[in-house]
Amino acid sequence: MFYRENGQFKTTYRADQQIFAITQDRVAVLLLIAAAFLVVPMVTSEYMFRAILIPFVIMSLAALGVNILVGYCGQISLGSGAFMAVGAYAAFNFFVRVDGMPVLLALLLGGICASAFGILFGLPSLRVKGLYLAVATLAAQFFSDWMFLRINWFTNNSTSGSVSVSNLQVLGYPIASPISKYLFCLTILVVLALLAKNLVRSAIGREWMAIRDMDVAAAVIGIRPMYAKLSAFAVSSFIIGVAGALWGFVHLGSWEPAAFSVDLSFKLLFMVIIGGMGSIMGSFFGAGFIVVLPIFLNRFLPFLGSLLGVEISTTAIAHSELIIFGTLIVWFLIAEPHGLAKLWSIGKQKLRLWPFPH
Amino acid sequence: MAFFLETLLGGLMAGMLYSLVALGFVLIYKASGVFNFAQGAMVLFAALAMARFSEWIPLYTGLDNLFVANLLAFIGAGAVMFVVAWLIERLALRHLVNQEGTTLLMATLGISYFLDGMGQTIFGSDIYKIDIGMPKEPIFAFENVFEGGIMINKEDLYAALIAALLVGLLTLFFQKTVTGRALRAVADDHQAAQSVGIPLNRIWFIVWCVAGVVALVAGMIWGSKLGVQFSLTTVALRALPVVILGGLTSVPGAIVGGLIIGVGEKLSEVFLGPYVGGGIEIWFAYVLALLFLLVRPQGLFGEKIIDRV
Repeated sequence: MFYRENGQFKTTYRADQQIFAITQDRVAVLLLIAAAFLVVPMVTSEYMFRAILIPFVIMSLAALGVNILVGYCGQISLGSGAFMAVGAYAAFNFFVRVDGMPVLLALLLGGICASAFGILFGLPSLRVKGLYLAVATLAAQFFSDWMFLRINWFTNNSTSGSVSVSNLQVLGYPIASPISKYLFCLTILVVLALLAKNLVRSAIGREWMAIRDMDVAAAVIGIRPMYAKLSAFAVSSFIIGVAGALWGFVHLGSWEPAAFSVDLSFKLLFMVIIGGMGSIMGSFFGAGFIVVLPIFLNRFLPFLGSLLGVEISTTAIAHSELIIFGTLIVWFLIAEPHGLAKLWSIGKQKLRLWPFPH
Repeated sequence: MAFFLETLLGGLMAGMLYSLVALGFVLIYKASGVFNFAQGAMVLFAALAMARFSEWIPLYTGLDNLFVANLLAFIGAGAVMFVVAWLIERLALRHLVNQEGTTLLMATLGISYFLDGMGQTIFGSDIYKIDIGMPKEPIFAFENVFEGGIMINKEDLYAALIAALLVGLLTLFFQKTVTGRALRAVADDHQAAQSVGIPLNRIWFIVWCVAGVVALVAGMIWGSKLGVQFSLTTVALRALPVVILGGLTSVPGAIVGGLIIGVGEKLSEVFLGPYVGGGIEIWFAYVLALLFLLVRPQGLFGEKIIDRV
C-alpha cells in the first residue's frame, strides 16, 4: 500500500539513474541516516556506544569492503584481517612519524597502503581461483601477522608490536567521547557506503559481477580479467584498510598484531555470507549479527543460568558461546544460504503487493 | 653438512606429520567436494577424547597396563569420532547438498566453532598429555660418517612411521576394497555413482568417519608431542599450504606436499630465519605453496582444471 513505485514517472535521465530510484527507498534511507546521526546519540548509553555501536559501524565498513571483493567480484579472501592490520599500522606510522598529520589524511593514507598490499596479494588471483585462492590469501594474513610482530620499524620500535595513539582531533574537534567517536565513524561509513553503492552499479561494478559469474565468458566479451580483479582487490582493501585504521585508532586506541588475527578474517567472511553476498545492505546485516550475537550470548547465558538456579562459570560461557555461534551459523546457512539480504528483498517484494495476495 | 642433513631429516619427519593432517582435508574434498575447515577442530576433539579416555579408563577400572588402556582409549575416541561424523553428515551436510563451495566452506567453519566449544565443554579445557609410550631419547646415526653423527629424534621417527603406515593402509583401503572403490567412484562423479546404485549419504558418512580416524591418529601423535591443548587447532592452518601445494584431490599429493613443506619450513627457519628475525615458518610455507601455485594452479598432483563457458 505504501511501497509502490507506480505513478513515479521519470522524465529525465538524471532522475532515472539516481542511486535510489524509488521515492520510498530514498526517503527511508534519508530517514535512517538522519536517525543514526540525530536520534541514536540522544537515546543510547555510553556502554552501548563502546560495546555495540562503534564496533558495529566499523565492522560494517570492513564487511562492505570484503563484500566488494567476495560478493561482487567472486574472489574469496581469508586475508581481510591482514588488510585491516596494514591499514591500521600504516595510518599509525603516518600519524606518528609525520608532524601535524591530520587524522583523516592518516586514515586515507592507511587505506591507500592497504590497497597496495591488497593488489600485491591479489596477484595470485590471476592464476588461481576458488578455494586455492582462499588458501593463498591466508599467506597475506600470516605474513602481516609476522611482519608487525617482528619488524620493529612498523611499530615504531615497540617490542611486542603493540602501539597506541592518543589526542585524536578532526578539524579541531577532539575525538574522545564515545558520541564523537561514533559520529566520526558513522560519517566515514555513510560516505564510503554511498560511494560503494554507486560504484557497484557503474561500469566497473558490472565488470566485477561479470568476472564473478563466469570469468572466461567475461574475458571473451572483452573484460580484462587482470584489470577487473585487481581493481576489486584495490577498492576492497582500501575500504577494509580504512576500517582497520578506524578499528585501531578509534575503537581500540592501543592495539597489537593479535587484534587483526586470522580469526577476524573468518569473522569478516561470516559477516558477508550471513549478510548476503553481493549486497551492500547485507554487509550491515551481517556485521550487526556477528557483532551483537556474542555480546547477547555473553549477557543472556548467565541470566539463563540464574533462572535455572545454576552458576555458569566464565569458561563454560565462553565454550557455550562457541557452540551456539557455530550452530547458528550452520543453521543459518541451511535455512537461508543467500543471507539476510535475501530475506530483506523477499520482504520488500511482499510489501510491494501488500495487502493483496497477488 | 651433518647439520644440514639433520635439519633435512627433521623437516621430512615434520612433513610426514603435516601430511597426516592434510590427508584429512584431501579425503573429504575428494569424496564430497567439501573443503573441510573443521579438520583442525576434529584433531583437537579427537585428541581431547583420547587423552581423557586414557586418563579415565585406568581411574575407573583399575587397569594398570598402559598399552591396553591406550588401546581402549583409542577405540573409545574412534567411536566418538564416528558419532561426530554421523552427526555432521546427518545434521549439516545432508541439508547443504548442491550448495556453492563457499557456503560449504563456511558451514565447516561453523562446525569447527561448534566442535571447539563442545570438545572443551565435555572434556575440559586444560592442557592434557597423551602418553603412548613413545621413546623420548634421541638416537645418533652415521656416527662413522660425520663427526658426532646425526641426531634423530626417536619420537619423530616413530611418528613418521605411524603416519607412513596409516597412509599405506588408506591406500590399500581405497584401492582394494569394495567400499574404497565406491568412494573413488563418488569422488569421480556424484551423479554417475548414484546412478549405479552407490548410496551417497552412506559414502559421505564413511568418508567423514575415515577423516575422523585420520584426525584421531594425527591428534594422538601431535598431542603426545605438543600436549593436548587448544593450540592444536592451528595444526590445521599449518597443513593448509600442504594441501594446496599437493593438490586438493590427490592423496599422494598430500604426502609429497607435506614433505616439501616440512623440509622447506625447517631449512628456511634455520638458514634464512636469522637474517629476518626468525619465526618465518608459517608464512614461508604459504608463500612456498603460492609460488608453486603460480606455476601449476591446480597443485602438484591435482586434476587439471579445465574452464568451460
